[in-house]
Amino acid sequence: MSEHYTLNVNGAAHEVGDSWIGENLLYVLRERLGLFGSKGACEQGECGSCSVLVDGNLVCSCLVLGASAVGREITTIEGLGNGGPTDVQHAFVEAGAVQCGFCTPGLIVAAHHLLGHQPEPSELEIREALSGNICRCTGYGRIIEAVQQVSVRRRQARPA
Amino acid sequence: MSTSQIARTGGRIGDSVTRPDGLSKVQGSFAFTSDLHVEGCLWGATLRSPHAHARIVSIDLSGAWKIAGVEAVITADDVPGKPTYGLISSDQPVFASDVVRYVGEPIAAVAADHPETCRRALAAIAVVYEPLVPLVDPQDAIAGTFDPIHPDGNVIRHQRVECGDPSATGEVVVEGTYEIGMQDQAFLGLEAALAFPDADGGGVEMFVATQWLHEDQGQIAACLRLPPARIRLVLGGVGGAFGAREDISLQVHTALLALRAGRPVRIHYSREESFLGHVHRHPAKIWMRHHATAEGDIVKIEARMVFDGGAYASTSSAVLVNGVTHTQGPYRCANAIVDGWAVRTNNPPCGAMRGFGVVQACFAHESQMDKLAAACGVDPVGIRLRNAMSTGDRLITGQVIESVAPVVRCIEETQAIPLPDEPIGGRDGDALNLPGGAGLTADRSHIRRGIGWGVAIKNLMYSEAFDDYATARCRLADGVATLEFATSEVGQGFVTIAGQIARTILGVDDVLLEPISTNVGSAGSTSASRQTWMSGGAVDAACRKVREMMFGHIAQTWSIDPLRLVVDDYEVVDSLDVSRRITVAEATDGIVFDETVEYHHRPTVPLDADGQGDCHTAFAFVAHRAVVDVDPDLGLIKVVQIATAQDVGVALNPLSVIGQIEGGIAQGLGLAVMEELIVQDGRIRNATFTDYLLPTMLDMPPVLASLIEEPDPQAPLGAKGVGEPPCISVTPAIVAAIRDAIGRDLTRVPVRPGDIVGLDAD
Repeated sequence: MSEHYTLNVNGAAHEVGDSWIGENLLYVLRERLGLFGSKGACEQGECGSCSVLVDGNLVCSCLVLGASAVGREITTIEGLGNGGPTDVQHAFVEAGAVQCGFCTPGLIVAAHHLLGHQPEPSELEIREALSGNICRCTGYGRIIEAVQQVSVRRRQARPA
Repeated sequence: MSTSQIARTGGRIGDSVTRPDGLSKVQGSFAFTSDLHVEGCLWGATLRSPHAHARIVSIDLSGAWKIAGVEAVITADDVPGKPTYGLISSDQPVFASDVVRYVGEPIAAVAADHPETCRRALAAIAVVYEPLVPLVDPQDAIAGTFDPIHPDGNVIRHQRVECGDPSATGEVVVEGTYEIGMQDQAFLGLEAALAFPDADGGGVEMFVATQWLHEDQGQIAACLRLPPARIRLVLGGVGGAFGAREDISLQVHTALLALRAGRPVRIHYSREESFLGHVHRHPAKIWMRHHATAEGDIVKIEARMVFDGGAYASTSSAVLVNGVTHTQGPYRCANAIVDGWAVRTNNPPCGAMRGFGVVQACFAHESQMDKLAAACGVDPVGIRLRNAMSTGDRLITGQVIESVAPVVRCIEETQAIPLPDEPIGGRDGDALNLPGGAGLTADRSHIRRGIGWGVAIKNLMYSEAFDDYATARCRLADGVATLEFATSEVGQGFVTIAGQIARTILGVDDVLLEPISTNVGSAGSTSASRQTWMSGGAVDAACRKVREMMFGHIAQTWSIDPLRLVVDDYEVVDSLDVSRRITVAEATDGIVFDETVEYHHRPTVPLDADGQGDCHTAFAFVAHRAVVDVDPDLGLIKVVQIATAQDVGVALNPLSVIGQIEGGIAQGLGLAVMEELIVQDGRIRNATFTDYLLPTMLDMPPVLASLIEEPDPQAPLGAKGVGEPPCISVTPAIVAAIRDAIGRDLTRVPVRPGDIVGLDAD
């Protein structure tokens, strides 16, 4: 339990001290840095609850060793908005896309990633892009609705 | 009818109000139980049996104690009170001491400074077993050919239901044997608890993810030999439940470790441990024979049901009662002979899961209805409409259906929903729309489409004389209502409708919710589709009492009869002089009204030996129509659309109701085509999310839902529970659609590729 390293999370440098080298990024974010927004539900990359962005790529933080993320830009659910909730976060609440909420942070990170790369996804593209995030409560209908709402609102907000 | 057009105004009953915890959940700041932490907290972990059945010869803990960082190691010897627990019968050891009865049974627990230290400590505990032959076939339990594997015997309950003329027969007879695999609730938020020992060592405060705080409190207190009042439970954030949190899992272990270590302890299960550590849906085998007239009117039903309860009883006896009493489905039937068994085996313990015994019965009776339709030359809708029950009809238990029973409307409104317009094999010629996706698998020209039906009846609340009451407290002061209840919020949204009820009754905007804990009386379990009715009824009653007190106070000031007063928006108004009004905020300025109320449902009775008696409280109904595309060469399935009409009484929050419907349908789809715990010789072979398949966004079709709102006069708010019906008849509807597509007699869920391709055919 003696590893020391620095992670760049949500735009700030965070010291990780006294850690075990075998700790995955999810554990480090939660237990070492106190960022509990990322969730663990399978610890083998199947459910997407722990999704974060590493250098802009969507990854399951349970599959990445914390120490291997040194020098990368890590963005977690806590770092998505500028203080307030993002449009995606608002839409998830408004559309009824949240029930127990355990899958929600991962889904919101994944939805931001999708809309950042593909501003106007078709329904099938949404389903493909978010199929790595399992939700056991909602049956996904309201989640698709939320993502579509954001896509429409962003298009309307863009200058013609 | 469209699921995407939902009114969203105000905050009262009937509005699609958003969740009060929504923003914190989307921002990642909502505290699930597994997010709770405190300085100096230890981690706990559990040692589990690798054997389905074995005698424990010895347990040597010395290796664990030698590991630096280990602060507590406990076994059955350390349980100060009752050595066992259980929901209906207390037959499950806190820790196995002499014999283990299933793979995963707890034997010891440790507390240490790091999860890795815990893993090493568990590995250092030396247990010597003498393996025994496991009882894994439920038939052996019924036949009595296996020595009892538990002092309570191998049959948990046998229940017969016999009514009418046992010799009655019909011109048309159809029969079949159906199997339902073991499904897992697979909530996302794994089991978690955080326990704080009291300074005097004589009590514990614990944050836990559970469905029923007070039941946990009683069971923990008995095992720890402490007064229940010294076990203070607070609901930590719960990441879904679906029945799996009704039983004790880590509660006693966490509390005992904290007391032993004298420090806070938290336990988080891994996914594999979760599969081992909670009860599952009972696998079942059901034989049914329907007798009918040539026109298709049901004359008699015979059935034999076997539910595998696994090693410990949990709620098996109640699951069995649900199964046998729902044999007929939502159809009239005057004569019946049903025998059901819930048995004990060395398989994983089974208990509550959404649908609770009715899922199993419904797959059988709906498969039978399609057989009957075919035999009588009637279509699947016609046979169901012909036999549909309504209010006033008598069940095979002799109980008269007093609930609103819009079965015909459920079927007709489902039928009125348009079929999908997308062509067979999917839209736009896109290979991604094929069954199995774009994996160079399905050939578009081979894809066949099928349509299938399922209709269900589901009991609401607990049965057989159980008084599962709910308590709520309402406090009104300075125009702000504060609610307190112990109702587990597991994601279903009771916290949303509780506020809606209070705002509607009291004419306030601000409703505060106290932490959900054992500080107030029991709310009963968040299960059995009961909290809208029960805790909703309690909140409603408490708010009404407080409103009466407020009316009394205002009436005294105005020197009028309080019966003249009504709430109009945010004001109290004299209904005989509407110019006389006062805002609720002004009326309660500096005054506190405070009431706590228990809501009880009508009494029920246990079934007698012939399965007769008014054992259920109320019922809800639902219809599902499934459209599927099937690749008959590879056995791949794509569910294209689900249409449904559900009897909801009143939709207190339509957005929430749609969420329950879509979510329940996803779980029923999972049981139909992918979800099963594979158990061999008592061992789960797929205790991971890699191998236990759950529906993803690609597997779920659009759901078109119609809400049938006929307020139920017996329900406090006219509203029925909506959680379970969606997951019940959708499973047989999907299987019927697959049968329709390929013409095979599928008798088992989940349907496997081999069943479709016909690998087992001659």
